[in-house]
Amino acid sequence: MIRPGPPLWLLLELTYRCPLHCVFCYNPTNFARIKDELDTAHWLRVLNEARALGAVQLGLSGGEPLVRDDLEVIVAEAHRLGFYINLITSGVGLTEERIAALKSAGLDHIQLSFQDSSQKMNDFLSSTRTFDLKSKVAALIKKYDYPMVLNVVLHRMNIDHVEEILRMADGMGAEYVELANTQYYGWAWHNRAQLMPSREQVERAEAVTRRFRERGGRPMQIFFVVPDYYERRPKPCMNGLGSIFLTVTPDGTALPCHAARMLPGLEFPNVRTSSIDEVWYDSSGFNHFRGDEWMKEPCRSCPEKVRDFGGCRCQAYLMTGDAANADPVCDLSPHHHLVTEAVALAGRPPADTALVFRSPQNSAALFP
Amino acid sequence: MSAPPVDVLSVPAVDRRFRLQWEAAQNAHVLLYPEGMVKLNGSAGEILKRCDGKATIADITADLEKCFAAQGLLGDVIAFITMAVEKKWVVVRS
Repeated sequence: MIRPGPPLWLLLELTYRCPLHCVFCYNPTNFARIKDELDTAHWLRVLNEARALGAVQLGLSGGEPLVRDDLEVIVAEAHRLGFYINLITSGVGLTEERIAALKSAGLDHIQLSFQDSSQKMNDFLSSTRTFDLKSKVAALIKKYDYPMVLNVVLHRMNIDHVEEILRMADGMGAEYVELANTQYYGWAWHNRAQLMPSREQVERAEAVTRRFRERGGRPMQIFFVVPDYYERRPKPCMNGLGSIFLTVTPDGTALPCHAARMLPGLEFPNVRTSSIDEVWYDSSGFNHFRGDEWMKEPCRSCPEKVRDFGGCRCQAYLMTGDAANADPVCDLSPHHHLVTEAVALAGRPPADTALVFRSPQNSAALFP
Repeated sequence: MSAPPVDVLSVPAVDRRFRLQWEAAQNAHVLLYPEGMVKLNGSAGEILKRCDGKATIADITADLEKCFAAQGLLGDVIAFITMAVEKKWVVVRS
């Protein structure tokens, strides 16, 4: 196998603790079982080792990274090492004192999540009263001259509000807006029937976004992340596992993508006992899905495998039971009907299901 | 809102929303921005690292021609800076 390039993208999920309870969270539904967060010294070692390999883009996420009171220490070390540092936050806990401290520690950018343009829906979806607080945080982000990315996860219950969401972002002075259609992992997978928008909803939202882009006025870059269930070819997930992306989860388990912990039969290394060099180049968990030896048909002989790498391994596993199958989003997959059936039912959630909010209590209930 | 034309007296600077940095692991200069990165080829990196908000296009061209023992680079520099302004990597004042 050709030796892979460096892990250019490093994501540290500093904690699974979170003041929000979002129904579309990609964190594992069994997170309540995963305890023993890494301490500060471990995180600083991870930063040093990853930077030495060539990592340069750093995401600090969670859970809510602001619940860690050593966040400023982690940012300062990352800045000293030359990372470009992105904080991915709900905004809860981002006081003026902390935003100023993070600025002087060298934080480059803040991505702030909103659940909706309306207080009512934002607060319902996150199961908190956070809309007003987030609006204040957005003003602080501007005051401290960070580039602002607003991230809104879209689904059946808010996708019809895209125009209001874009107006809100514009009013807040956002430089970038990510309209990120829900990807179905973790809690979102559990709540999929409730969250999936109909094809008509998706098409309307795309049309609204197109019109907003063409309106002129203040420059604001809008990313509309297409929901892959509505496509005929899969996304090139992570540019292929183990190609550029490395995530370290709160307990130190290192993964080649956010959700890979669920993949059965793979052993993922832990940074408590492995260096980042060993994690990236030598571990079976990272090497398993490199190259195309693992592929089955129709991927193996498909000329498009160099473009999409067979799609998403986690989606293949969740929907077909085998992570080596083609991502069923692909209409060449023998399992593609699983996607088209889900889309056909989308927008009409069955009456006998209810949203399950992401919380330690619900996690413990799902995995007693 | 269109940017002013780029000429020999323009003074380019890397836009403050981007960070230009040498990355040894990639053997290249890169431009970093929120959740993204542009890997620059050799000549793009050499031009951009001279865009300090003080040097004119003429200064930058003269320095490049000296460092690389080359001539006639002005057209290439103007073309690159014009493209970089369009991509919002660079701002210029005259």
